Amino acid sequence: MKFVDEYRDGSAARTLAEAIRRKVTRPWTLMEVCGGQTHGIVRYGLDELLPPEVSLLHGPGCPVCVTPVAIIDQALAIAARPGVTFCSFGDMLRVPGSAEDLFAVKSRGADVRVVYSPLDALALARELPGREVVFFAVGFETTAPANALAVAQGEREGLANFSILVSHVRVPPALEAILASPRRRVDGFLAAGHVCAVMGTEEYVPLAAKHRVPIVVTAFEPVDLLQGILMAVSQLEEGRAEVENQYARLVQAGGNRPAQALIGEVFQGVDRTWRGIGPIPDSGLGLRPAYAAFDAARRFGVEGVGGPESAACQSGLVLQGLLKPMDCPAFGKACTPDHPLGATMVSAEGACAAYFRYRRFEPVEAP
Amino acid sequence: MSPDPFALACPRPLRHDTVQMAHGGGGRLMKELIEGVFLPALGTDPQGLHDSAVVEAGGARLAFTTDGFVVHPRRFPGGDLGELAVYGTVNDLAMAGARPLALSAAFILEEGLPFDELAGLVASMKAAADRCGVRIVTGDTKVVDRGKADGAFITTTGLGLVPAGVEVHPRRVRPGDAVLVTGDLGRHGIAVMSVREGLAFETPIASDCGPVHHLAAALLDAGLDIHCLRDPTRGGLASVLNEIATAAGVAIEAREDAVPVDEAVAAACEILGLDPLYVACEGRMVAFLPGAQAERALALLRAHPEGAGAAVVGRVVEGPAGRVTLRTTLGTARLLDLLSGEQLPRIC
Repeated sequence: MKFVDEYRDGSAARTLAEAIRRKVTRPWTLMEVCGGQTHGIVRYGLDELLPPEVSLLHGPGCPVCVTPVAIIDQALAIAARPGVTFCSFGDMLRVPGSAEDLFAVKSRGADVRVVYSPLDALALARELPGREVVFFAVGFETTAPANALAVAQGEREGLANFSILVSHVRVPPALEAILASPRRRVDGFLAAGHVCAVMGTEEYVPLAAKHRVPIVVTAFEPVDLLQGILMAVSQLEEGRAEVENQYARLVQAGGNRPAQALIGEVFQGVDRTWRGIGPIPDSGLGLRPAYAAFDAARRFGVEGVGGPESAACQSGLVLQGLLKPMDCPAFGKACTPDHPLGATMVSAEGACAAYFRYRRFEPVEAP
Repeated sequence: MSPDPFALACPRPLRHDTVQMAHGGGGRLMKELIEGVFLPALGTDPQGLHDSAVVEAGGARLAFTTDGFVVHPRRFPGGDLGELAVYGTVNDLAMAGARPLALSAAFILEEGLPFDELAGLVASMKAAADRCGVRIVTGDTKVVDRGKADGAFITTTGLGLVPAGVEVHPRRVRPGDAVLVTGDLGRHGIAVMSVREGLAFETPIASDCGPVHHLAAALLDAGLDIHCLRDPTRGGLASVLNEIATAAGVAIEAREDAVPVDEAVAAACEILGLDPLYVACEGRMVAFLPGAQAERALALLRAHPEGAGAAVVGRVVEGPAGRVTLRTTLGTARLLDLLSGEQLPRIC
């Protein structure tokens, strides 16, 4: 397949791995920010190709994993209402709230639907004028423009039965939190390629300078990831701390300006709690007052709903790169994708799920 | 933040008081359902589970199988519910090495189903049965209130004759066996998903829905020592390999670059974030036979149009029982696990 096969080419990957081996002289720890990158690394066994000096930590860039349990509980409460058609991307359906998941609510008769775009939910709202259609607007800066577009379009059409439950998060504040932590173990970042396709690379420049840390915007295929690692290791070996762009075929320094304008029109910065990590100031996006009518949490009066976040959850350590999934005592025992203890085991992009799926070479014990 | 494992305050594990969609998804939850509910209550075949049971009667060995078909939409590119109901059961008989003898068909129809559509489905069943050389000899009809069923559900049961000397069963799979598929994977799942979800792909993808009993017969008639056959329906090739590795107490190594996947199917999977190794087929067969016979089997399969895309995709090896690994295109190895339920399209 064009534009895919060349980035999964075995000999290109081996050449890059060899270049990393020649470059490295001492141990370095890199964090790939995005869950899609984590899956690429584990799925293709890239860490097997790397020299022992280079360790990879898996970052917090899985939207499903960092959505706070309180917002999942709000989603469950809204979805269970009669007259509501609750629309979500597929992988949110299996994420447990305090007591259950959206699949369980669906099995009791709730109208929960998997959609592929917020615009599909908007179309449903037009088709079903007698029902309240709610879209679960989850994700990083990558999904924010389409969600903003759906709201702006709903506003233009005067669609009174459409709303979104917002749980948007932004990458730079999370990187700042990781870098500012006294337990910081990260020497360099592979920044999330698709987030930067929207936002550009400029907002990472102050972070790289302030914390003296290389940040390489990187795509998701194995050859991309190895090239990103080579660029980050080269910076570290040469004493540089810059923002570089491995994903130049898609990412421009300024990003996608119309998409940014749309985000700015509909959303504003808000404080957000990250599941397993805790509150991070100004790390989320919420609807601007002008679009408050589209806020599902407000419309259904569920703002107060939801259990508190636990500070003891192991997935928080995983999301900050402080614990490898397989070193968790619950991994593959009390915690499996069928009976997950935390969201990192549920999502297709969660680090624990990636290790369970691709790396667990021991038989699973029954839960 | 404490790493104390006993202070886990994450959400409590889900225990599923009710049936979930994933219990029918062909993955681990379905296995739990069968092993936790059905087998304890109904007992199990001491021979072990297979696509068809084989019962002896008057000196003959009869293969016996049943399958319910609930596909939505009932017409999809490359097939419909009626032919699926025939081919699915004929194929399950063939997976025990049996020649199909007769089928039954039970219809659960929803009030309001247009007669034209029903007639179309029945005509499809007749055409499919003729193509397989099998007759539908008995049936049953129930009609339920509108809203109590999704248009039409069809259950078919099949009876087949296992020729003398044929022994096709997961327990015969052993290290040294080659793993063959009869064609490219994932067409049915993507074809149905594209119409069900209203996804418009530039290249229309047609289901592979069709019979494979003649391919099984071609291998058996040639005297090849076929150890096991399985059709990779729900859960796809990956689930078949996991089930067989567990049942036979062996390990299996598959090669990613050897697995045939059509370009359009691969592209659709990329877009949706799905792995084609887990996507359903309805007209493909996975065969396990001694490695030395693999080339001959490939030649026999490729002589048929339905087997033109046949390929060796892996081998059975000594190793921990039930472990399935995949050699990636980069040459690294990873686990090819049984999924929890059906794959879910990803956020980004």
